[in-house]
Amino acid sequence: MSPPQLDVRYVADLVRLRLTEAEIAEFQPQLEQVLSYIEQLKEVNVEGIEPTAHASAVYNVFRADVPHDTFTREQATANAPHAGSGLFLVPKVVEG
Amino acid sequence: MQLPGLTITEARRMIQAGQLSPVTLLDAVQDAIETNDGRIGGYLSRDYARARAAAEKVDTGLPLGGIPVAIKDVINVQGEPCGCASKILQGYIAPYDATVITKLRAAGAIPFGRTNMDEFAMGSSTENSSVQITRNPHDPDRIPGGSSGGSAAVVAADEALASLGTDTGGSIRQPAALCGCVGLKPSYGRVSRYGLVAFASSLDQIGPFTHTVGDAALVLQAIAGHDPLDSTSLDVPVPDYSADLESGVKGMKLGVPKEYFVDGMDARVAGRVREAIEVYRGLGAEIVEVSLPHTKYAVADYYIIATAEASANLARFDGVRYGHRAAGAKDLADHYGRTRGEGFGREVKRRIILGTYVLSSGYHDAYYLRAQKVRTLIRRDFEEAFKQCDGLLSPTSPVPAFKIGERMKDPLQMYLADIFTIAANLAGICAISIPCGDVGEDGKQLPVGLQIMAPAFEEARLLRIARAYEAAAGS
Repeated sequence: MSPPQLDVRYVADLVRLRLTEAEIAEFQPQLEQVLSYIEQLKEVNVEGIEPTAHASAVYNVFRADVPHDTFTREQATANAPHAGSGLFLVPKVVEG
Repeated sequence: MQLPGLTITEARRMIQAGQLSPVTLLDAVQDAIETNDGRIGGYLSRDYARARAAAEKVDTGLPLGGIPVAIKDVINVQGEPCGCASKILQGYIAPYDATVITKLRAAGAIPFGRTNMDEFAMGSSTENSSVQITRNPHDPDRIPGGSSGGSAAVVAADEALASLGTDTGGSIRQPAALCGCVGLKPSYGRVSRYGLVAFASSLDQIGPFTHTVGDAALVLQAIAGHDPLDSTSLDVPVPDYSADLESGVKGMKLGVPKEYFVDGMDARVAGRVREAIEVYRGLGAEIVEVSLPHTKYAVADYYIIATAEASANLARFDGVRYGHRAAGAKDLADHYGRTRGEGFGREVKRRIILGTYVLSSGYHDAYYLRAQKVRTLIRRDFEEAFKQCDGLLSPTSPVPAFKIGERMKDPLQMYLADIFTIAANLAGICAISIPCGDVGEDGKQLPVGLQIMAPAFEEARLLRIARAYEAAAGS
């Protein structure tokens, strides 16, 4: 495994996070330092070890498929920064 | 009405004896907040009129009838702000009650006030709040711990009898230790997270801050239990958490993990904890040394798993359904990027980037999958240790409260503040921090916390062990 190659600008773009140049300059060395620290996990022998996704041994929990009360459109859109006609409004997605 | 030191247990006794009314109690809490919170900064908001209306008609026969409980700003209380101390949720009003709130109300408690925190519960000092600084009641130049720093500070400063916080890697226990109160992290699956804004879903738990172990048992009693709305909450019976509190530790085996007394930790803190261990020996417990060999990997493991989960959970903050929205976006991608860039604070951004990186194609197996396997080894360490003892004793934090600003420029140093608390979350076990003395610094006395850990769903045993020390220490 090569040394960590984390490009803050590239990854931030993947997660739709617009950073300032000052933030990029600040985060790049900080996250490289954290990644170097995390590298120590490579010392651990994990041969044949099953991964743990969460701490309790429950899987495929189902609930009864019955209708129940939920939010009205008005309640659901009450916190929206931009809503109209019971819909969430967003900038244009499709060109043309 | 004297609020300082007033426990839920004592307030309930007075209410039932007709010596105290819920409205008088609420007034006393409000007075304490007006007097002290300008200095402490523990509360973000509170709705006194609403709480008073609830106090006027509460059934005082209920287990927590008339007891106000402060709520961390990450748990939804219908009709109140739930901003997670973040700009991106500024102005958000919760449309429903979290299950813990429904349960508190059903037990007669009155949710009162929103407490400050590190933004989205990411931090160990509450300095990552986008709203305000919270100060340690024992020294205003120091942090209260985090991320539930507000919840700890308001209890320690006698501005609340109890509060709820959340603990993903120590965010209840570490601030409890640094502020000198009791903080309980229940086992994973013991308390419903429905209505909790998710940070790291395989680790998050809700739990109480109180003045005493007995009070922690009362609040846990009210909030524990299975919830069909949270599929990770387990359908395990809820025992009576107060029944065995006074049964003592005589004949119990208590383990001291040798990896929890490390180079670089504050020698005075280690000393207080060693003294507490001797108290247990004096109470008739057998003290055994145990080993949790993968302890040194816990912090690294956590910062892969927690950030990976956070990067997915925080994708929902996109400026469409709630919260902040950037003005004048030219298209949807621009809207997302600017909204999130403007709305999230530095630590949240760092963690989203790290979490995205460790999950990304080509790095997933090397980081995330490996971290999940190391998590298995950490979990097994505890399973082995609990074959040799009934509970584990350790420091909660390697250092007492540090100075405001001291670690803000160095994220890794801040992460290491949780070195003793993180493993319990990875393993899903229950743990508590209780006060065990203090250390002097700059003419101030700073509290030290004793951490006790017990196997998953053994909260009754955990509380019993904690109470034995508390009783011996004289409260």
